[in-house]
Amino acid sequence: MLQLDRLVLAQDGFRLTADWSVPCGERVAIIGPSGAGKSTLLSAIAGFFEPVSGRVLWKGQDLAKVSPGARPISSLFQDQNLFPHLSVAQNLGLGLRPDLRLSRDQARQVEQALVRVGLSGMAERRPGQLSGGQIGRAALARALLRARPILLLDEPFAALGPALKAEMLALVAEVADETGALVMLVTHDPKDAMGFARQTVLVAEGVAQAPVPTAAFFANPPPALRAYLGP
Amino acid sequence: MARGAVAVTGAGVAALVAALVLLPLGAVALRAGAWPSLVPGDAQTLWFTLWQAVVSALLSCLLAVPVARALARRRFAGRGALITLMGAPFLLPVIVAVMGLIAVFGRSGLVNGLLAGLGVAPVSIYGAQGVVLAHVFLNLPLAVRMVLQGWQSIPAERFRLAESLGFAPAQVALHLERPMLRAVLPGAFAVILVVCLTCFAVALTLGGGPKATTVELAIYQAVRFDFDLGRAAMLSGLQFALCATIAVLAWRAVTPTSFGAGLGRAPVVQARGAGPLLADVLAIGLAAGFLLLPLGAIVLRGLPGLAEVPVAVWAAAGRSVTVALISTAATVAAALVLALRVAQGGPGALVLDGIALLPLATSGLVLGTGLFLLVQPWAAPSDLALPVTVAANVALSLPFVYRLLLPEARVLFADYGRLSDSLGLHGAAWLRLVAVPRLARPLGFGAGLVAALSMGDLGVIALFASDQTATLPLVVQRLMAAYRIDTAAAAALVLVAISFALFWAFDAWGRWHAAT
Repeated sequence: MLQLDRLVLAQDGFRLTADWSVPCGERVAIIGPSGAGKSTLLSAIAGFFEPVSGRVLWKGQDLAKVSPGARPISSLFQDQNLFPHLSVAQNLGLGLRPDLRLSRDQARQVEQALVRVGLSGMAERRPGQLSGGQIGRAALARALLRARPILLLDEPFAALGPALKAEMLALVAEVADETGALVMLVTHDPKDAMGFARQTVLVAEGVAQAPVPTAAFFANPPPALRAYLGP
Repeated sequence: MARGAVAVTGAGVAALVAALVLLPLGAVALRAGAWPSLVPGDAQTLWFTLWQAVVSALLSCLLAVPVARALARRRFAGRGALITLMGAPFLLPVIVAVMGLIAVFGRSGLVNGLLAGLGVAPVSIYGAQGVVLAHVFLNLPLAVRMVLQGWQSIPAERFRLAESLGFAPAQVALHLERPMLRAVLPGAFAVILVVCLTCFAVALTLGGGPKATTVELAIYQAVRFDFDLGRAAMLSGLQFALCATIAVLAWRAVTPTSFGAGLGRAPVVQARGAGPLLADVLAIGLAAGFLLLPLGAIVLRGLPGLAEVPVAVWAAAGRSVTVALISTAATVAAALVLALRVAQGGPGALVLDGIALLPLATSGLVLGTGLFLLVQPWAAPSDLALPVTVAANVALSLPFVYRLLLPEARVLFADYGRLSDSLGLHGAAWLRLVAVPRLARPLGFGAGLVAALSMGDLGVIALFASDQTATLPLVVQRLMAAYRIDTAAAAALVLVAISFALFWAFDAWGRWHAAT
């Protein structure tokens, strides 16, 4: 269980509180207006943003002293998910051993992960030679290899077209099912939330509200969401 | 953990650099404590040092403007090659540049030959005018580069807009070119001023006498000829005060410039009419002649003697290469650690930034005198000539390499800091897989600069060296002083070839490994 215990985030007049928890293996959409703090919330969970007060706990363990790389978390950022000077296979290998001294067995795992996300034959390419969708697939393949119990996605597919984005989210769902990971997805688009997540968190007016079932949430939107969705 | 390791290493390197600069200064201050009174000539020396630096920097900047403008707005075959070649004097060992200038402007040189043909009295290259001439020769390429970059940084759309609005050349100058020059020229002036203030090799060979002695040269004479260490210490204190003042005033105005990349791009500025064309042809022709004739003269003079170069020259070349390579490794490592640490920010970054730039406040001969005073009670200075030269090379080139790396290191953390952290990529693996590949281009260019400048450096070594520890530039200088001009020219050619080869090799490594 991921627990946000009276978490308070603040920076230059911005303030966000969160006090709730999500069970392992859940899929959560995080929705809300721009600048409300969706990305900041994810940064705090991943360990890039220090909270003013409160705790982030995973299975009862406080993560405050745990560095980002050692947390039980894989992150997909908005961009810069791959090192452009390393090959696709090397970028994936970093998920298994950050110093890239892979055993033969680990090299085989990398190959299998590439096949799994539909990138077989692309191992030696550089990220610059891939399309946007392929870059997303490579980043997901690395998350598959790292097999961490939490997967945080900060709008990594925002630049893709609707069809491609739906395809990528389906792949995220498959990866999450295989690894049993808890997924938190930041999105602007109610369709993403409804298609992907069983639970939804609304971030608005300084509060990240406790997750509620997605279908019920959109069937009867709270006032803050209605303002965001428009008439 | 990565941050911890970088922070600890950064603090260690900073402490070493600070010690390297401040301990010699301390030794100088202690020794100068008795404060031997100024000799009447010292005011003249101080005045000449300032005067030649200001005049050299002003002339370099003024002359750079028409040359850079011509290069910016004309296309012709070989333009890229000419720009590259015209950059060469900046990397040229000073002693070799002086030889080339003597070959062209000296008593029996090309220019005086022409003047004699016209019945005009010969001009002398020695004295104040020679010092300024050599400084303009060495620094004009740098000024041209910086101004040319400024011209090319004006977006092409602006010139198109100006053309569509029917601007006359005067209006283009007023609205586009003058604001750019106001932004670029102070930086170029400051860099050249700082470089010329610590002039030693040029003053040693072309200057001298009461009217053309710099403070650096006076320090050398006090140590080497009078063996008056108290006076040397007093002059070192004077030089430090001068450099520190100018460095503090000027360095903040300096923006780091990069060479090579992007300057070969086709020009966007166009000028019509015979007047501008004539001006541009003259500017490019004169600048190319001024910068390339001395280079050509060295090659012509040196080639015949190359087969009979004495063994001593090759031995000195071996010592110089060793000194250059060790200096390069140490400087680049120190600059990389400091740049990474400062780019990370946090407490202490400002202090480390200051320490990385601290060597600008000192000079080769000030460091040399201090180190001389420090080692003298324990060992014969000539036994430590080469280690001391390495130490001075590292200290004096560190600020430049650091300034090259810092902006790139900042980009590295901004773009890939989170990704590296989220993957647990740190320590040696991060250095090998991320930092070095991403910074390869400035690392290679910086390493090439240090290697070439260390190879050609003629400063501290002149204070310390015996015949057994002389570096190649010193051997060339001694051959020249002994009027063995043909041998000196051949040795100079060897020196140039090695310097350029080292620069090229490191720079090519950087470009080869530059991450896409």
